[in-house]
Amino acid sequence: MNAITQDRSDTLAPFGTRLDGVTDPVRKAATGALHRSGLPDRRVEEWRYTSLRFLAETPLAAPADVYDVAQIQAQLEELGLTDGPLADLPRLVFVNGRYAEAFSVLPAEVDVSLFAKTQTFGPLSCPDRDPLTALNTALAADGAQVRVPAGKKGGDVLLVSLGQTDASVSFHPRHSVTLEDGADLTLISIQAGRGRYLHNPVLEVSVGAEANLRHITLQTEGKEAACLATTYAQVAERGTYNSFVLGLGGVLSRQEIHARLAAPFATVHVNGAQMLGGRQIGDVTSVITHAAPDCISRQTVRNVLDGHARGVFQGKVYVDRVAQKTDGYQMNQALLLSENAEIDAKPELEIYADDVKCSHGATVGALDDDQLFYLRSRGVPEAEARQILIHAFLDEALGLIEDDVARTVCTQMLARSFPVAGENA
Amino acid sequence: MAAGGVSHLAENGRAKWAKVSHPPIDYQDLHYYAAPKKKPGPKSLEEVDPELLRTYEKLGIPLHEQAMLAGVELPEGETSRPPMAVDAVFDSVSVVTTFRKTLEEAGVIFCPISEAVRDHPELVRQYLGSVVPVGDNFYAALNSAVFTDGSFVFVPKGVRCPMELSTYFRINAKNTGQFERTLIVVEDGASVSYLEGCTAPMRDENQLHAAVVELVAMEDASIKYSTVQNWYPGDENGRGGIYNFVTKRGACRGARSKISWTQVETGSAITWKYPSCILQGEGSVGEFYSVAVTNNHQQADTGTKMIHIGRNTRSTIIAKTISAGQSDSTYRGLVRVLPKASGARNFTQCDSLLIGDQCGAHTVPYIENRNMGARIEHEATTSKISEDQLFYCRQRGLSEEDAVGLIVNGFCRDVLKELPMEFAVEAQKLLQISLEGSVG
Amino acid sequence: MTQFLDISGLCARIDADGQEKEILKGVDLSIPPGEVHAIMGPNGSGKSTLSYVLAGREDYEVTAGSVNFQGKDLLEMEPEERAAAGLFLAFQSPIELPGVNNANFLRTAVNAVRRARGQDELDAVTFLKTARAAAKELSMAPDMLKRNVNVGFSGGEKKRNEVLQMTLLEPSFAILDETDSGLDVDALRIVAEGVNRLRSPSFSALVITHHQRLLDYLVPDRIHVMAKGRIIHSGGPELAQQIDREGYTRFLAEAEAA
Repeated sequence: MNAITQDRSDTLAPFGTRLDGVTDPVRKAATGALHRSGLPDRRVEEWRYTSLRFLAETPLAAPADVYDVAQIQAQLEELGLTDGPLADLPRLVFVNGRYAEAFSVLPAEVDVSLFAKTQTFGPLSCPDRDPLTALNTALAADGAQVRVPAGKKGGDVLLVSLGQTDASVSFHPRHSVTLEDGADLTLISIQAGRGRYLHNPVLEVSVGAEANLRHITLQTEGKEAACLATTYAQVAERGTYNSFVLGLGGVLSRQEIHARLAAPFATVHVNGAQMLGGRQIGDVTSVITHAAPDCISRQTVRNVLDGHARGVFQGKVYVDRVAQKTDGYQMNQALLLSENAEIDAKPELEIYADDVKCSHGATVGALDDDQLFYLRSRGVPEAEARQILIHAFLDEALGLIEDDVARTVCTQMLARSFPVAGENA
Repeated sequence: MAAGGVSHLAENGRAKWAKVSHPPIDYQDLHYYAAPKKKPGPKSLEEVDPELLRTYEKLGIPLHEQAMLAGVELPEGETSRPPMAVDAVFDSVSVVTTFRKTLEEAGVIFCPISEAVRDHPELVRQYLGSVVPVGDNFYAALNSAVFTDGSFVFVPKGVRCPMELSTYFRINAKNTGQFERTLIVVEDGASVSYLEGCTAPMRDENQLHAAVVELVAMEDASIKYSTVQNWYPGDENGRGGIYNFVTKRGACRGARSKISWTQVETGSAITWKYPSCILQGEGSVGEFYSVAVTNNHQQADTGTKMIHIGRNTRSTIIAKTISAGQSDSTYRGLVRVLPKASGARNFTQCDSLLIGDQCGAHTVPYIENRNMGARIEHEATTSKISEDQLFYCRQRGLSEEDAVGLIVNGFCRDVLKELPMEFAVEAQKLLQISLEGSVG
Repeated sequence: MTQFLDISGLCARIDADGQEKEILKGVDLSIPPGEVHAIMGPNGSGKSTLSYVLAGREDYEVTAGSVNFQGKDLLEMEPEERAAAGLFLAFQSPIELPGVNNANFLRTAVNAVRRARGQDELDAVTFLKTARAAAKELSMAPDMLKRNVNVGFSGGEKKRNEVLQMTLLEPSFAILDETDSGLDVDALRIVAEGVNRLRSPSFSALVITHHQRLLDYLVPDRIHVMAKGRIIHSGGPELAQQIDREGYTRFLAEAEAA
């Protein structure tokens, strides 16, 4: 076999000298790994459907420390954070990857510290394996470190990331959420912004025994932005990690989730929906690892693709030899609305235990002509009929969001970004 | 052609993505061509190597066919029912082709490819390498560089081939790689059913089988290609066995043409093959039916590629995977729909069955769709044989091993029923044989 | 001791979700040759467990007691050995075998049992003749032999299929586990007739049921009431009507008091 030890640092050119002079040993190791691997291209199996060429086109500087307060305020209003169901929720707001105290409201039952102060990396991420996590590890400046003490209910907490820049920049927040045994939390991550930037967050999630985390991510990044987010979740005995990602924004986005069922009777849900148009590329990638017996994983992801958009779904369910009685289910469905839209899906089962029940499914199709005709025959105009059917398709996924506030917000954001039929074609 | 293949070998790496592992193969140490030793032909079946006869039996080749295959003269006056014409390829050399006269009368050409090069050079030139180009992949390049023989089939316009055609492959000599090349061309409105059987005797060292099969189906033509692969899988400890790295691809060139691959893969230390269909012709149909059984230390990474190019093209994939012992089995399949393939349809069903807790079963479908008018459905399940089913069978008096055999055959039924009758029966037996020792 | 089937002090438990659960708590029961006995009892009393333990299901662990079947220690035998020895269990929920042809399954089973009993195997033609005739007696549609075992069968078809298997396997002792559940009156009668046809001095049966209705057609020699893992009362066929009228309360109370 050919040695793959060649230096691929040239792919890191957009980051200029930002990766030089790292001294912290963890960051140094990550930088070393990154120089060896470079940013992945499509020859790397995990990236065969998503090209990062977009990143190579312009230098990505560190963001400026100052930003336009009025513009941030306007963004918050636009996101419905100043009025409506989200207005009263505690929030941790980050602007260009830095904590913005002025816009934040600390939660009550939850301990919060900042990565900028602690500079500690959690144990769950894999910078050696995942180049974008290595990039984050090398360049992380700030992030929220949230901890819910044992048995406490943390309620709903917003984790908001806003990009706001004129130059082209990248920021790499490093977040962690820890639920101690029996704790409970709803975390609503909102990713948004204006300008040309790369948002490259890493989130490490640890769910304790019998703890329950609902994690909803609403990705509505700016039209020129790229969001490459990686989450590492680990769930202890009888704990539940229930995540949902709604992907609407960005010219390029990838939500990569690695969830590990580490102890018996743990549950993981990795659901999501994407609605993309124009030339958007949206990638949902997940690796669910059953590392203990009697665990349950569920995954439903629905894609609606219009214009020249391309949706990517990669979902691997890995069942370790010890993970007997695993119950795994995965379903990926896509609706193509335009002749130029594309879906690439790779659902994957890798199974080493024999007493398991695992299944996956994938369907791709256009709107059902019979249904469309039925609605029109009842007097509904075609454009409206299409919207009804598209809504219905996505609603089934949104129905999996277990938090009422989060579901309402997602539904509203979805409705707002709804394409008028044919507009983006 | 051969020179082109050699130059490709240097630049073309072995694919790294397949889920198989093996020590590096010393391509210099393999004999690329080994003609079977000429001996005076045996006078009767009793004189034929009994091992050889057993393999024939397993493959369901009728006795008089076996006699002919083994070079035994049929007694005068015995009129044989010709159910199947056989081309036997031993160590890459075609040794006997039967029923050629009957076929010639129908206009069907069925002969060793070495002969076809001599007798029908225009046909061979037109089609060979047109589906699998020389530089397609490492093993195809290797084959193009070194292949010495194989089978050639040509069915002219409007002819339904009057009998099943069969090639029987056997690797005999030590240290031999088998690199045969098969080319099947079926013209407008014609059809053929082709069977391929593979066996090899036990050897300690690994042997390489790197064949290339090309199918071309013109308008309204239909090709059914069935394989029962029972190469030596190595012993219980994973010593020896065949590396089966085969490139099989069919082009549905004409409208409404159909190519159907059926495979039962029970042998080989490592199987690595993806019989594929390029669905060019409007309304053309590709099918892939597969049973892959692995036991002991076998590895199989197999599946298909369905490339939908033409409008209203359809494909069906049914793959059944059974893993036992310490084996690993992977279904890997690609369904790609290109922008012009409006109305394309695909249905894929992959089911895996695990027997024992030391094996692995994996399902890796790739779905790439660039046409909104296409509909693709994929379903996959992984499970073990249910305790309920086992107990039910045993309560009715079946031994555990027989119960497993029965349930496994039921599990594979949707694929086995695609095989021609005689093969289906033998395939069932093979399944049971290859799972021996996997329960209890 | 009947020298046919003698169950004594039988205790068994199952491992359910990590918890050991004791289900049979000392069952004593004897069935002489040629007799049909019935077991009635409330839900969860251990009736089905008893049938599974007798047939040799491995997820139940026998913790005490013994079962002697025609002079042999039944509990030492594999499920298929018990079948060959003449024990047949008609399942409460017959199992589906996708892809397995019903006729092929029956023939494989019949020949496996015949081999074990030292009888000649039936060839395909003889077998099919016998099977078709037996199916007809049970008013089964002819295509049921061609279909996959129990796949897509209605509840009634599944139960008839069980009785068909019983007929062909020629057991000396059959356990019918709620074979009447989900059957309409006609089907019930057909199934009962199927069992009655087998009645002879060399055939015994244990009928597990909730309802007296089946026992109208299939009159038992003895009826046993089972509750909380034990036989708490036994009597003649008239017991069925009494239970139908009064329920199990009185027997339960008596057992408590005892």
